Amino acid sequence: MQIFPRSANAIARASIVGGAALVGFLGFLLYMLQQSPYVTQQGVALEQPVPFSHQHHVSGLGIDCRYCHTSVETSNFAGIPPVATCMNCHKEIWTNAKMLEPIREAYRSGVAIQWERLHRTPDFVQFNHSIHVAKGIGCVSCHGRVDQMQLTYQAEPMSMGWCLQCHRSPEKFVRPRDKVYDMAWKADDQQALGAQLVKEYRIQSKTNCSVCHY
Amino acid sequence: MADNTRELDLDTFRTRFDQKAERSHWMSLHELGDEESFFASVSEEFPQQAVPLNDGVDRRDFVKLMGSSLALAGLSACTVPQEKIVPYVRQPENMVPGKPLFFATAMTLGGVATGVLVESHMGRPTKIEGNPDHPGSMGATDVFTQASILGLYDPDRAKTVRHLGNITTWTNFLGALGTELKPLKDAAGEGIAILTEHVTSPTLGAQMKTLLAALPKARWHQYEPHGRDNDLEGSRLAFGGAFASTWYAFDKADVVVSIDADFLASGPGSVRYARDFMSKRRVRRGTSSANRLYSIETMPTPTGTAADHRLPLKPSEIEKFAFALGGAFGVGPGASLGSEHDAWLKAVAKDLESSRGRSIVIAGPEQPAAVHALAHAINETLGNTGVTVFHSDPIDAAPAIGRESLRQLSADMAAGKVRVLLMVGVNPVFDAPADFGFAAALDKVPFRASLSLYFDETAELCHWHVPQTHYLESWGDARAFDGTTSIVQPLIAPLYNGRDAHELFAILTDDANMPYDIVRNYWKAQKPGLDFEASWNKWLRDGVIEGTALTPRAMPVALGAIAPSNRSGDVEVSFRPDPAVYDGRFANNAWLQELPKPITKLTWDNAALMSPATATKLGLVGDRGLPGEGNEQNLHLWSRRAPVIEIKHGSRALKVAAWVVPGHPDGAITLHTGYGRTRGGSVASPKEKAKGGGFNAYALRTSDALGYAVTQVVIAEGDYQLACTQLHHVMPDDRDIVRSGTLEEFTKNPALAEVHEGPHSGEMSLYPKWESETGYKWGLAVDTTVCTGCNGCVIACHAENNIAIVGKPQVMMGRELHWMRIDTYYKGSMKSPEFSVNQPLMCQHCENAPCEPVCPVEATSHSTEGLNEMTYNRCVGTRYCANNCPYKVRRFNYFQFADWDTESLKLMRNPDVTVRSRGVMEKCSLCVQRINAARIDAEREGRRIRDGEIRTACQAACPTQAIVFGDVADPNSVVSKLKAEPHSYRVLEEVNTNPRTSYLGAVRNKNKEIAG
Repeated sequence: MQIFPRSANAIARASIVGGAALVGFLGFLLYMLQQSPYVTQQGVALEQPVPFSHQHHVSGLGIDCRYCHTSVETSNFAGIPPVATCMNCHKEIWTNAKMLEPIREAYRSGVAIQWERLHRTPDFVQFNHSIHVAKGIGCVSCHGRVDQMQLTYQAEPMSMGWCLQCHRSPEKFVRPRDKVYDMAWKADDQQALGAQLVKEYRIQSKTNCSVCHY
Repeated sequence: MADNTRELDLDTFRTRFDQKAERSHWMSLHELGDEESFFASVSEEFPQQAVPLNDGVDRRDFVKLMGSSLALAGLSACTVPQEKIVPYVRQPENMVPGKPLFFATAMTLGGVATGVLVESHMGRPTKIEGNPDHPGSMGATDVFTQASILGLYDPDRAKTVRHLGNITTWTNFLGALGTELKPLKDAAGEGIAILTEHVTSPTLGAQMKTLLAALPKARWHQYEPHGRDNDLEGSRLAFGGAFASTWYAFDKADVVVSIDADFLASGPGSVRYARDFMSKRRVRRGTSSANRLYSIETMPTPTGTAADHRLPLKPSEIEKFAFALGGAFGVGPGASLGSEHDAWLKAVAKDLESSRGRSIVIAGPEQPAAVHALAHAINETLGNTGVTVFHSDPIDAAPAIGRESLRQLSADMAAGKVRVLLMVGVNPVFDAPADFGFAAALDKVPFRASLSLYFDETAELCHWHVPQTHYLESWGDARAFDGTTSIVQPLIAPLYNGRDAHELFAILTDDANMPYDIVRNYWKAQKPGLDFEASWNKWLRDGVIEGTALTPRAMPVALGAIAPSNRSGDVEVSFRPDPAVYDGRFANNAWLQELPKPITKLTWDNAALMSPATATKLGLVGDRGLPGEGNEQNLHLWSRRAPVIEIKHGSRALKVAAWVVPGHPDGAITLHTGYGRTRGGSVASPKEKAKGGGFNAYALRTSDALGYAVTQVVIAEGDYQLACTQLHHVMPDDRDIVRSGTLEEFTKNPALAEVHEGPHSGEMSLYPKWESETGYKWGLAVDTTVCTGCNGCVIACHAENNIAIVGKPQVMMGRELHWMRIDTYYKGSMKSPEFSVNQPLMCQHCENAPCEPVCPVEATSHSTEGLNEMTYNRCVGTRYCANNCPYKVRRFNYFQFADWDTESLKLMRNPDVTVRSRGVMEKCSLCVQRINAARIDAEREGRRIRDGEIRTACQAACPTQAIVFGDVADPNSVVSKLKAEPHSYRVLEEVNTNPRTSYLGAVRNKNKEIAG
């Protein structure tokens, strides 16, 4: 007795192919999800205790990155400024601004402000700011145009593949040391300049696992 | 598992032993006795797989666990957890976030200081290094110092003041103490007793002086279970009643005779002594002379393994030996040693005679006073005093014989004379001599308080207990072995509102100052002429106060009447501090508990250690079988199931597991103290017996037998599982894994071995050769001649690399995670091995690493600088790499061994090293975090890394500088020069792994007049 109609064969064939395609598609979806800002948090501005504007302080007032991020040239951690740094200016200006009350409160009470971390590497990744700065990697290469951000967000995906773009081909990104903190600088001929700087700064394309993972 | 049940009688064992022992090195009696089954068992890379993966989890629990972990895994993968950044409000000067700072302070053991530099990350001390400017450290450390960082963060530390076990406050304690003290103070302090450890702190000494001046009838007692009583009494015997401290210049001695002194690995100044001693035996190309060490001891110690000649003697015979040696130089009454050891003694005496003024006779701390006095007298006769041996005023603030001091206190308490007893940093209820009846006497004291790190056995019997500060939380000062004083400065505010002795004693004298001011005021008064602030800062920075070393004094020996004690018997039990937990104070330190002890490689327990012949005589080997164990009787001593014996000393008895040690003399048993804690914390006193805890040797130790006791031994019922790592990760092959020889042999054949057939030096490879992109090629060289096996490196590695503890049951399955181990090999007879060689073994960083090609996910790979890298986040846990490693240096996280929950332990971890999770492989990284930090510093400054700039954690800790790291591409680096030595070799190099780690063969300077 024939239970399935003849057309069932076609459905069976299609479902084999379709099934495989579906698995592939789901895999592709997962892969895309991993790279999406939903997972990487790229472009997401978090609510901070004080809505600090880099655009205002950097572009507007011309404050150098290193005025606040003091240890960027010496340590693995660039440093988030202590409240005392904010108060250097804000003792004098905007002394009554309601927005700055958490700063003043912290200064009075000695209880630190808890900022939301935006750029985070996993625990098994070791990153050092000082060596990147010393070898001519500009702030903008990883952090984007912070000078144009009213609310700070993570500009790049910070994934391993993204890191490796530069670790494999540093010449595409390296810039003169005096332009590291210049957010707007662009090379006229990055290929030529990059190749020259890689030699001059003795940049090794560090792709050994133990450069970052240990 | 291999067939361990084959019958093997002792004669067969001996025959096989003799055949094998003569021709090559051996590691254990098991290996010698039953080669086939032994090698069959260790050749399975994971013998631990033979037992169920996890005991105590049934199928139902497993499904539950898997279900929940799957769910969690799914959740955690969705987003990155959000973190906060909490910057300072006002950042301290000199603090750079992300960069560690180092502060000098000092750790004391038995009152004697070792100077240290403590690494501090954002205010959290994380790692201890030695202080190169401190005479007791010279930049190196011992195991206790290294492990003290875990002691600071131990979650079992006492956290609150307690009254009758209930939580209360410091203010309440002060109120109660004040009320109690008032009438006693009016009576000149009668009824007040204070018990401390040995005190060298000048400040504390001055405080006590003030206190005793104000309250002349108050009593100050000092006690340590393994203190310097015999040294002090010995000096009194030798120098006509004067107390003295003695120290040694081993760098000037050609012949050293150690009478039961483990001076290379334990006791005051041992770190410095090891450095000095080994400076005379760095055997290099063309070396034809070296110093010579004779060691007379019962239990084999690190010093014994480094000795050129070691004479194993029963405790009673050691004393006799000392008298006989004295007799050879016309000192003391002399003694007859008997024909067996007479030739040995004569040869030693002759060697000493020919090295007048360039030799040392040193007596161990457990030897009776008479032996110390004899050693002083012999040294004087030989003209060593003032050249290699120095006497000075004692380093103690108020020298006291602890045994007599505690005897007096116990008697006073029993007689009801003590109204208030204050105990600081001591635990006499646990460690007092058994005949003092301390606990019973304590009960008669109406007000008793204890200030200590843990709520321990003593605290339990006290009315009040106050948590003590750890040395990393306290201000203070302490003297080194030669008197050099260091200021102890805190690295962190007290974690649990602890108090210290300075504060407590200040209260007794109505001094309102806090410890910081007490210490400063003392030194201000001591050094009136100085610019105090500048000097104080310099002392803190340097870690030593210049000019505080005691001046050696000429102390003529006036040897009174001395006689040997003549206590001897068939079975003498010698009591020694444990090489890992010391007198019990470190029993709750899991790093030390899991540390394979030197020689025995036991972890988590102590045992009655004896020679194979003694075990046979006691009936432990022979007809006696274990219940349900078939015919295992002949081998059970060498497997993990140890028989239990009962040791009877007078009316006291102790049941303890028996364990066989090669090189132990017959008719003697060694018992290490410090185990069997009943209230030591969750590590020291585990609830389940299977987790270790050991046996309390203090139960047998009476005041007339502190060194050794004459006992009777009977076999007790049952058996006990011991976790011994000697046979874990064994390289089962007879391929010159260690090389040893005499200095004479070295002169003739510097390689110390036949050269093996096989493709050497990694010429042959299917893979492309590694070219270093940066020009650096990292490598390690280890000198086994100078390694004593003290374990300092193993604990340093633990602390630096966030290595987890697995616990006794897991150790028994071979799952311990130590990145490096120290293998001890013997050559020669079972009774007294001619050679004992310690070989620290870590990842060899092979250029043709067998682990790398077999990893399916490339989690282990090769860096261009030659490191064999382990990338944890890639590892999926196949364990193929460990299976393929001929050196067996890879360790697998079978479970979540790292503690991710305990808050205090989070503070302790090195932020530069990943904390591993379960299911990943780990192994020695050559401290790649230190390499990278140095490289970044060098590159930032536009220079090459200097030789010696990078020191691995094991290298930095090593007291004898046996381990050297460096760039092998630079022919002028220290490591390259070591690799060019003729006795440099690489382990298993014939299998073409081309390891970057090399070893120097062990050379011993044998005396031709002594056979064996």
